Amino acid sequence: MHPMGDVALQQRDLVLIATALMLLIVIPVLALIALFAWRYRSSNEDATYTPDWDHSTQLELMIWGAPLLIIICLGAVTWTGTHLLDPYRPIGRIAAGRPVPANAKPLEVQVVALDWKWLFIYPEYGFATVNELAAPVDRPIKFRLTSSSVMNAFYVPTLAGMVYTMPSMETKLHAVINTPGVYRGISANYSGAGFSGMHFQFYGMKDADFAGWVARNQGAGGDLSRARYLDLVKPTQTVPVMRFAHVAPGLFDAVVGQCVEPGTPCMSAMMKQDGSDTAGMTHMQGMGTPAGPKAVSPLTTSRAGGAPPGKPGDIAQRSPSAPSHATPPHQSAL
Amino acid sequence: MATNMTPSPLDVSPIFGRFTLESLPLHEPIVVGTFCVVAMGGLALLATLTYFKLWAYLWKEWFTSVDHKKIGVMYVILGIVMLLRGFSDAIMMRAQQVMAFHGSEGYLNPHHYDQIFTAHGVIMIFFVAMPLVTGLMNYVVPLQIGARDVSFPFLNNFSFWMTAGGAIIVMMSLFVGEFAQTGWLAMPPLSGISYSPGVGVDYYIWSLQIAGVGTLLSGVNLICTIVKMRAPGMTMMKMPIFCWTSLCTNILIVAAFPVLTAVLALLSLDRYAGTAFFTNTLGGNPMMYVNLIWIWGHPEVYILILPAFGVFSEVVSTFSGKRLFGYTSMVYATAVITLLAYVVWLHHFFTMGSGASVNSFFGITTMVISIPTGAKIFNWLFTMYRGRVRFELPMMWAIAFMFTFTIGGMTGVLLAVPPADFVLHNSLFLVAHFHNVIIGGVVFGMFAGINYWFPKAFGFKLDPFWGKVSFWTWVSGFYFAFMPLYVLGLMGVTRRLRTFDDPSLQIWFEIAAFGAFLIAIGIAALLMQIYVSIRDRNTARLRDTTGDPWNGRTLEWATSSPPPDYNFAFTPVVHDGEAWADMKQRGFVRPTEGFKPIHMPRNTGAGLIIAGFSVGFGVGMIWYVWWLAAICFVGMLGAAIGHTFNYKRDYHIPVDEVIETEGRRTRQLAAGAVA
Repeated sequence: MHPMGDVALQQRDLVLIATALMLLIVIPVLALIALFAWRYRSSNEDATYTPDWDHSTQLELMIWGAPLLIIICLGAVTWTGTHLLDPYRPIGRIAAGRPVPANAKPLEVQVVALDWKWLFIYPEYGFATVNELAAPVDRPIKFRLTSSSVMNAFYVPTLAGMVYTMPSMETKLHAVINTPGVYRGISANYSGAGFSGMHFQFYGMKDADFAGWVARNQGAGGDLSRARYLDLVKPTQTVPVMRFAHVAPGLFDAVVGQCVEPGTPCMSAMMKQDGSDTAGMTHMQGMGTPAGPKAVSPLTTSRAGGAPPGKPGDIAQRSPSAPSHATPPHQSAL
Repeated sequence: MATNMTPSPLDVSPIFGRFTLESLPLHEPIVVGTFCVVAMGGLALLATLTYFKLWAYLWKEWFTSVDHKKIGVMYVILGIVMLLRGFSDAIMMRAQQVMAFHGSEGYLNPHHYDQIFTAHGVIMIFFVAMPLVTGLMNYVVPLQIGARDVSFPFLNNFSFWMTAGGAIIVMMSLFVGEFAQTGWLAMPPLSGISYSPGVGVDYYIWSLQIAGVGTLLSGVNLICTIVKMRAPGMTMMKMPIFCWTSLCTNILIVAAFPVLTAVLALLSLDRYAGTAFFTNTLGGNPMMYVNLIWIWGHPEVYILILPAFGVFSEVVSTFSGKRLFGYTSMVYATAVITLLAYVVWLHHFFTMGSGASVNSFFGITTMVISIPTGAKIFNWLFTMYRGRVRFELPMMWAIAFMFTFTIGGMTGVLLAVPPADFVLHNSLFLVAHFHNVIIGGVVFGMFAGINYWFPKAFGFKLDPFWGKVSFWTWVSGFYFAFMPLYVLGLMGVTRRLRTFDDPSLQIWFEIAAFGAFLIAIGIAALLMQIYVSIRDRNTARLRDTTGDPWNGRTLEWATSSPPPDYNFAFTPVVHDGEAWADMKQRGFVRPTEGFKPIHMPRNTGAGLIIAGFSVGFGVGMIWYVWWLAAICFVGMLGAAIGHTFNYKRDYHIPVDEVIETEGRRTRQLAAGAVA
């Protein structure tokens, strides 16, 4: 409720408008409940008593009509508001009365929710950070979001409403920050043991400061190769800020496709293949074997957990109940 | 981190499955302490029952009973017992969130805390609200329509035991192994085998599957009862509103619960058989689960609230001494809510990237529900208008409901505006909203109903003093506990957090914890109220000899309190929507002769036995103890088939017994009239 960006501001205004519209009917109702309960208390012999009165067409019209009118107004506000503030829609203005300049190119940030930290990739500048996000004020930002393992929700309350990050799916969010400052970003959807510590700082910066921040990241050294990424996805909690000057090309798309690990087919390719012939079934090794519930195929286990096969303990960190889940499944019989 | 290790699924013993001594939480002092208290309490209870030789009585008169009244009472008892468990979870969460500031981790580790909020949601919805709602419907509906029992009395007993079986499995998870750490809807991929390999999610699945069978069958049973067993003259539009809301609720149950069963079955296949319905890879789609679970989940909230609406309609009309205003529009409002309940589910996930038009559609359908709901509020309001409002306990709950629910409804409509939901989704505002409507609506409704119908069920009223203590602490506790959460939600604080680092938030959590403390007093006062009422049951203050202590308007008040096994010696003939008020007005004279033997269903233990096997089957599946699951599955089928060969299904209450029972009532009424 303390917006510092235009999208959050408009959302806040919509909350206030909707509340005001509803109070138009809610306040009289609350008052009438109190009034009628008091006025017609049984000890008040002066009040009119009509035990058999149970119908009035005018009143019925009123009690259905009044909420209907409010809902028609609110519905109209909702329809326009939802379309204007659709997170998938590029923003049309930087602030009230300030349309986005025709030549403005939005800052693209690729967001990956990991267990339990946030990875931010800046394709325009080629670097990546963990748990630190920054953007220049008054420049439209385009977020592309996904998740490595389970669902999270990307949420910087002062910037814009939340959008879920979901594994093997990509979501989008468009926003702008108008005031420089340090803001708090969180995961707004429970994602397991380390969820409470899964927050980050979001810096709204003046252009010069942002350029300095970019330079700092680019000079930080470090290379987010695919191997380094596979190491990074292992569950860790309350992670300090990390910087990577270089990012493996196509990493974000590979994360969405669940195919960062070399040799694994991407989801989109697999679906295409499954559609064209039955060769795709070879990916389903381990299914339908007598090993039953234990037969999570190494493929699934490793990619789902994000760790290469044969490294026990990676998933155990995530859940204390499976110390050796990543071991090959066919070793023990019932 | 937790040390509550369960063995890897790879080390499954042929005898014990994945159960080992490590599965027992012997290293968790809180759990061990709880277990000791529960075990001692349980042993004391068993000893008492044995000492007073009550086992045979319980078995014959209650456990195997097919009487809808006794089953209804058992449902309500189950709901109240589970309320204690669910509320303990709530208190623990409140305590954790108050403590976990300034770098403190609080007293619960994630493994424990995440189970607690999951269990709290599951227990409160499935094992508190559902049994209370089903219990009231079971007790009241047949009486209100002038029937002797439900359509399928055995099925009713079986349904109850399946629900109780689910509750037993949830309770087991507290002491043996662990419960799910996924949130109350167990969303994949988090609830998949990759991220939740332990027994927790399996406990979740099997407890809900077993209880779900009970819920579904009881839904079929009550629909059939309402449609087929109404007294002569009671057309659909002359049914009491509570029967209408029960009918709509059970239609929702029958249409929605199979979806839950199916989606949980698919999740089980993912977890047990390695399928990929909801996995990240192999073409699985977790969004499908999200859609399916909410296609059940949204109707579920109307399943809970509609019967509460029905209770309030009865209560407001009775205690205003006036016909219900706008009966027809009440019925249509209920029907419209029933239909709309199916076209709003997507509002639970506006934030998952649906397009603007889809979001707008579901936002607006959601708002449309507020129109019939608003109409209902107005109808209750105009029922009070020009009435004679008596502030007895049920009416107090009804008025508290009208205030509270109106506020909850408003915040609900606000959440239905998608851009507002982007800001408030998953926040404590949302948590405050659904507690506002579930406590302010369902729980207040159940308390109104329990206070209203208790004298019918037991022949004495509930003590008003302790009832008022409970009322005021509950209502004020609710506002203290949840108004701060609205504020925190608007400040951008989200749900299910275990620790906080902004110290300015702590004061709000302290207020909320104070509210929870007040509610704890409210629950204690409720138990005290029941105790005092039983103690003083024979005083003139509480005893009801008339069968109609509140000057009621519907048929259940026409018979004695408690009603005889057969409810009505003669099936009443109905001429008006408020049948009993109409009968009283026209000078109805109770028949005292011409009785006949009454045909009744006979008690059977089959329901309890089949449900017992189901629990065994569930436990076997949870722990991968395949032999146990197999034996119990066969036992389940065997008992069910065996029961079909039971031809001793019914008996006749001899006419002498009917004459004696009715004669006692005649003398009781005469004595009451003299006094």
